[in-house]
Amino acid sequence: MASLVLLLAMVALVVLGPLVWKVAINDIDFTARLQGPSLAHPLGTDDLGQDLFARMLYGGRISLAVGLAAMAMAIVVGVTIGAIAGISRGTVDASLMWLTDLFLSLPQLPLLLLLIYLFRDTLKTHFGPEVGVFIMIVLVIGGFRWMPVARLVRAQFFSLREKEFVEAARALGATTTRQVWRHILPNALGPVIVAGTIDVAAAIIAESTLSFLGLGFPPDIPTWGRILFDSKDYLDIAPHWAMFPGLAIFLAVLTINFIGDGLRDALDPRRVL
Amino acid sequence: MGPYVLRRLLIALPSLLGISVVLFTVLALAPGDPFADLALNPNVPAEVKAALRQKFGLDDPVWQRYFRWLWAMLHGDWGFSFISRVDVDTLILQRVPVTLAVIGASQLLALCIALPVGIYSAVKPYSWFDRVASTLAFVGFSLPTFFTGIVLILVFSIKLDWLPFVYRADISATGAAWWWEHIRQAIMPVLVLGLFQGASWTRYVRSSMLDVIRLDHVNTARSKGLAERVVVIKHVVRNALIPVVTLVALTMPQVFGGAIVTEQIFRIPGIGSLLIDAILRNDTPVIMAVTFVFTCLVIAFNLIADLLYGWLDPRIAYR
Repeated sequence: MASLVLLLAMVALVVLGPLVWKVAINDIDFTARLQGPSLAHPLGTDDLGQDLFARMLYGGRISLAVGLAAMAMAIVVGVTIGAIAGISRGTVDASLMWLTDLFLSLPQLPLLLLLIYLFRDTLKTHFGPEVGVFIMIVLVIGGFRWMPVARLVRAQFFSLREKEFVEAARALGATTTRQVWRHILPNALGPVIVAGTIDVAAAIIAESTLSFLGLGFPPDIPTWGRILFDSKDYLDIAPHWAMFPGLAIFLAVLTINFIGDGLRDALDPRRVL
Repeated sequence: MGPYVLRRLLIALPSLLGISVVLFTVLALAPGDPFADLALNPNVPAEVKAALRQKFGLDDPVWQRYFRWLWAMLHGDWGFSFISRVDVDTLILQRVPVTLAVIGASQLLALCIALPVGIYSAVKPYSWFDRVASTLAFVGFSLPTFFTGIVLILVFSIKLDWLPFVYRADISATGAAWWWEHIRQAIMPVLVLGLFQGASWTRYVRSSMLDVIRLDHVNTARSKGLAERVVVIKHVVRNALIPVVTLVALTMPQVFGGAIVTEQIFRIPGIGSLLIDAILRNDTPVIMAVTFVFTCLVIAFNLIADLLYGWLDPRIAYR
């Protein structure tokens, strides 16, 4: 509960904050470089004298948006593949599961880096630097997170499609599509919600990792990971610069994980104890 | 056992091939031309360019290029680094031992944390120890490795000045001093990776223990009058560790991912930082080879997980 409040507070801050805190994120002021927290700059400034609070609020939007979008993509792909595999038997199921296993055994971070290295420039020229990188990071992170969801959905389908109420629907002449949409899918979504919650946290970490390695968003888009990456050469003189984005990532991930854990306890009657 | 191992190897082979196809497709689909620099260079005449393209077969159909590439990889011809001007395989062989040493040490540390803490938590569930340990584990696996790394550098290298924060491969000291220097510089990376893995494994050990500790055979062992210690160690832990072993092997891809980040923070000269450097400098042959090495390692660990599982749990038939 406490973590839900904290997370909502963070989301509210990030969404509404820039409306209140009107300092520009790229306002360079060399007289105020590398300062610690003060009234004028609540979280201090970086090496160009840019206000960290404003940058964090801006970056938080992107970090959270990447998390949510990547989760949405992972769930859509995972549910689709899991549902197709779960409702059809035989070769379709087997080949889809082989694909899932193949993706599961891919080394994710190296491949993420490889894909970004190869496709960064094309997307940038097609969609502009911000949108292009955003689309790519969401696609790549989402594309590596759907496998657990697909497995969960498939397992749910296997048990649900033999249940009496589905059989009743089938006896009434419902088409396969209707059985899936109206009867099986709504009942299979419980564990998917839990997995989705945890995916948001994983996607936020993945995005920050990429930005931290210098391969995510460009420097003028200060996501939390990017701020950390920029700050790591100034650790000795400006430790606050690294601490605040790090803490923000940590808090976001921790609260999301706690919420996922709570949801699992609430939705899964098997895990009583 | 023999046929089972063979069968598993035969299953691993297609997935390795599948992954190599994926890798190659990605590379072939990618925009950009390895000869782009050459094309821009006005000193190179057009015939030479065409001849070079001919020589490396860039105008052949994709499937032909795939088979040529696969053949070369199988022969140990991994290409030539654009930047360092050495063969890719020598470069990788230089780097792999460091990575394996750091990862190995951190996995040992993780096990040393996860096993005792997880077991003790499960023996006394919902005691204060369990609560504290569970909370800490939760916090531990929510902390991204790059943040813990930075905090450790800040505390131990900058504030306290106890440990060096740049990993050096060329330490001049010999004997005991050499070992001491290496241990000193490896402490922080190993801690970062080990604590992270330890935190997530603690949760698995605990829940797996709790699943077993309620089974009937444990009650039987207790009612035979065995000491609690014997019950826990012989009858619970041995069974509870079966899924944990698989899990340890299956989380290896993540461990290698975490190692890339850690190597980058502490500037460890391992294959992870080789990959990052190569990406930042567009060194395509090195990128491909390192990704392929990671893939092979992951598949090898999946194979080991399956074999261990079969060996530990006799209920699984070697079919």
